[in-house]
Amino acid sequence: MKLSSSHSDDLKVRYRYFVIAISVFFIFILSRIWYLQIVRGDEFLQLAKNNRIRIRRVPASRGMILDRNGNILVDNRPSFQVSLVPEDIDDLNQVLPEMSRILHMDQKELRLRITRHNGRQPFYPVLIKSDISREQLAFLETHKMDLPGMVVDVIPRRSYSYNSLASHLVGYLGEIDQTELNEMKSSGYRQGDFIGKTGVEKQWESSLRGVDGGRQIEVDSVGREVRILSSVPPRPGNNVVLTIDLEVQKAVEDLLVGKIGAAVAIDPMSGRILAMASSPSFNPDLFASGICREDWITLLNTPFHPLQNKAIQGQYPPGSVFKIITAAAALEEGLLTPDETLECPGFFTLGRKTYRCWKKGGHGTVNLRRALVESCDVFFYQVALRLGIDTIAKYARQFGFGKPTGIRLGGEKPGLMPTTVWKQRKYHEAWYDGETLVSGIGQGAILVTPIQMANMISAIANGGILYRPQLVQRVEDVNGNVIEQYPSTVMSRVSVSKKTLQIIRQALRGVVEDPRGTGKAARIEGVPVFGKTGTAQVVKLETFEEMENEQDLPIRYRDHAWFVAYACRQNPSIAVAVLIQHGGHGASAAAPVARRIIEAVLHQDHPLHKRIALGERSSAESN
Amino acid sequence: MLNLIDRRLIDHLDWSLILLVSSLMTIGLLNLYSTTLGETLNGVPIYLRQAIWFSLGFLVMFLVAFVDYRHYQTFAYVIFPASLVPLLILLAYHLMTGGVHRWIRIGPISFQPSEPVKISLVLALSRFFSKNVKADGYLLRDLIIPFFGTAVAAALILLQPDLGTAMVLFLILFSILFFVKIRLKSFLFLTLSGLATLPLVWNSLKGYQKDRILAFFDPGLDPLGSGYHIQQAKIAIGSGGLTGKGFLGGAYTKLGFIPARHTDFVLCNLAEEWGFVGLVVLLVLFLLVLLLGLQISLRSKDRFGAITAFGVVAMIFWHTFTNVGMVLGMMPVVGIPLPFLSYGGSSTITVMVGIGLLLNISMRRYVF
Repeated sequence: MKLSSSHSDDLKVRYRYFVIAISVFFIFILSRIWYLQIVRGDEFLQLAKNNRIRIRRVPASRGMILDRNGNILVDNRPSFQVSLVPEDIDDLNQVLPEMSRILHMDQKELRLRITRHNGRQPFYPVLIKSDISREQLAFLETHKMDLPGMVVDVIPRRSYSYNSLASHLVGYLGEIDQTELNEMKSSGYRQGDFIGKTGVEKQWESSLRGVDGGRQIEVDSVGREVRILSSVPPRPGNNVVLTIDLEVQKAVEDLLVGKIGAAVAIDPMSGRILAMASSPSFNPDLFASGICREDWITLLNTPFHPLQNKAIQGQYPPGSVFKIITAAAALEEGLLTPDETLECPGFFTLGRKTYRCWKKGGHGTVNLRRALVESCDVFFYQVALRLGIDTIAKYARQFGFGKPTGIRLGGEKPGLMPTTVWKQRKYHEAWYDGETLVSGIGQGAILVTPIQMANMISAIANGGILYRPQLVQRVEDVNGNVIEQYPSTVMSRVSVSKKTLQIIRQALRGVVEDPRGTGKAARIEGVPVFGKTGTAQVVKLETFEEMENEQDLPIRYRDHAWFVAYACRQNPSIAVAVLIQHGGHGASAAAPVARRIIEAVLHQDHPLHKRIALGERSSAESN
Repeated sequence: MLNLIDRRLIDHLDWSLILLVSSLMTIGLLNLYSTTLGETLNGVPIYLRQAIWFSLGFLVMFLVAFVDYRHYQTFAYVIFPASLVPLLILLAYHLMTGGVHRWIRIGPISFQPSEPVKISLVLALSRFFSKNVKADGYLLRDLIIPFFGTAVAAALILLQPDLGTAMVLFLILFSILFFVKIRLKSFLFLTLSGLATLPLVWNSLKGYQKDRILAFFDPGLDPLGSGYHIQQAKIAIGSGGLTGKGFLGGAYTKLGFIPARHTDFVLCNLAEEWGFVGLVVLLVLFLLVLLLGLQISLRSKDRFGAITAFGVVAMIFWHTFTNVGMVLGMMPVVGIPLPFLSYGGSSTITVMVGIGLLLNISMRRYVF
């Protein structure tokens, strides 16, 4: 459409407005430039010349990590660190000898640190030494005048009240790496920051980390603070309250001293973890100020990986504990009745191969209860064959095997529950009956983690509910106000009838109580304990296969010992899974450990027992 | 090739606009050379990359200029929705990966899909207001379609999140509304509605964006982040004084105290090296480009041309004013490039398409 004259006139009026508006905007901007460059030009020039305004970060202290009763597991302590601003040093030869004398550091190394650029911004302090002693601090402060460019900061460092206690749960801190920095830059992270690398420190990083403060200071020509222009105090991070109980955790860790393995104690009615330990362990304090190379290499080279949390990352064959699943599957599928008996002559022949029972002479005629109580292999070989691997796998998955439990700890392994499809896909081979047979007693390709075992036995105890194992109860701010609550979460329900569960429970009670039960070592006077032993075979070299005495074997060829159990006074109060890696037999190596964990929790005067019995149970159930 | 083009078009090419734009580009390139001395991106010096973008920009400018702008009018309603497709792709990618990206990478070239939307919006609005004329001014009900279109585009951009560009779209819309004459009542209503949505916009902002705005009102709130940048930018600019520290002499900017010194804060180096005199020259050049643009709009033979030229002027004006205001600490840091000076391919091409449209409208003022 062409512009008519009236439109044109109309627009012309507005053009004038726009010309005026644009001119006003430009005058406005020019006057600001005039103010900055002419009126205050000299002042800014002075500031620019020496970069007289410096920014010093005031790091926020991380939130504390506490147990369920408010005991502080991880706190912060003040630590002093000394840095140098190279731009403020005219003569390095004056500063370095003095620094090296006070800090006991090699002069060459000091010089290298200062001269190396590493993408540092100008006037940004170079860290020389962290965690200096109070004597060194006093020395430095008294020689301040001879040390231009020196900056001493107070930095909060992690402090571990109970050394290595719960180290795998709380995790450790480390300096942010380049990948993390790229991902988290927008959240305010900077080079040199410490962030959670594993455990709760990592998973609850955003809650634990506070907000750094800062000071804008004016410095003199050698970088000494003249005055503070403005400052913003740091905001400490939130506190994370765990579900674990310090006393139980201590007991569990003490029981694992000198052993390789893991133990998990869980409240079966809520999925809340009461204790979780992995051995060997490590001291997270090594990481608090940045781990040195020697310590790191030592940790990596220590046998049986102290940094690995075996409770969630260790994958082992479940051994005879798995018979619980085989039994449940057979009862549910109607392929076995509780009273049906099968023969155990001590071996079972399939095709040309003979599969043995652990009891050489055999168990004779056994029903399901006896087969579980005495852990008869031959009975379960036959039951497994009736079921087939895919049906066994269906029930195993319902009990949480073959997939991560969902505990928010990072790095959790899924274990493995083989099926015919899995084998075809992985090895392009058909599944053999022999494999089904050994799977029925928890050998072969099946792999489980201790946390999965604890979850499975919890489901038996609580009537078939699979909870998501929970390690954090709530997050609180520094004043104790609850920021986030974590109610217990039901992941799924096992489709196994009450009757089946009842039959299994009775058998598990027999495992501990019956004179011929394999779990006698877990018996506690006056407390009904329900359990199952397991001994998972480790693939041995032929040379060692015929060795009768376990103690004569090199440690890495000894069997893994399992014991899972739950116990109660009125309702199930605790479920445990204990794995002693290369510990030998479940009955002798794992069951006594489980018993003592249960004792620690169910101790008459233990406050936890009362609380579980009263308050927390109802809230957990309502969720 | 020239035989194919009407000779009169060449004769009426607005050389003064080309000269002004070339001057701004030269200043921009020299400034970029100074502020990024020794810095490379994927092995290519930054100023050299920008020189390539400028060359491409020139090419695009002429291409846009020589296609009769009435064709753009015909396809305006296709171009606008088409320009939103890359934004939707980006959004789908966000949803799938959970990441935040403003760029689409095609081989070695990254392009920011929010940039062309500014131009396509100008064209779509121009077509709308040239076809729907209300001599007495537009009522609220007349503005539903343009408002909705702008809001959709702005929302898609805000999700990236790119607050600056989303804001520019609305500023373009409001400028055009003024230009085509909006009824006072409608204007007041829109302004009040805009104010009413502020809490919603505020809540949709990312933490760092909120921090920037809060830091503007109280730089002490974030002395390490936004407050620090504002303070350091002021020192760099102020230290330039009357005549500056000379070419390559802007140590303060070069030493790394200024964030985004080759993109959003590129003016700091210029202010430090050329002082008040340099900034006045620069701003006068910008002023002349804008006034020339307004003149082109005024002289346009048709309503579409007039509104389009005005829209381009509005786009350049708001970019310039917002960026300079932000760098000078007069408004919050929103992340908007300075035309012709900030490094960036997508924004350079977008501005040059705008200049191409101005030339186009200018040289066809005698044709029909």
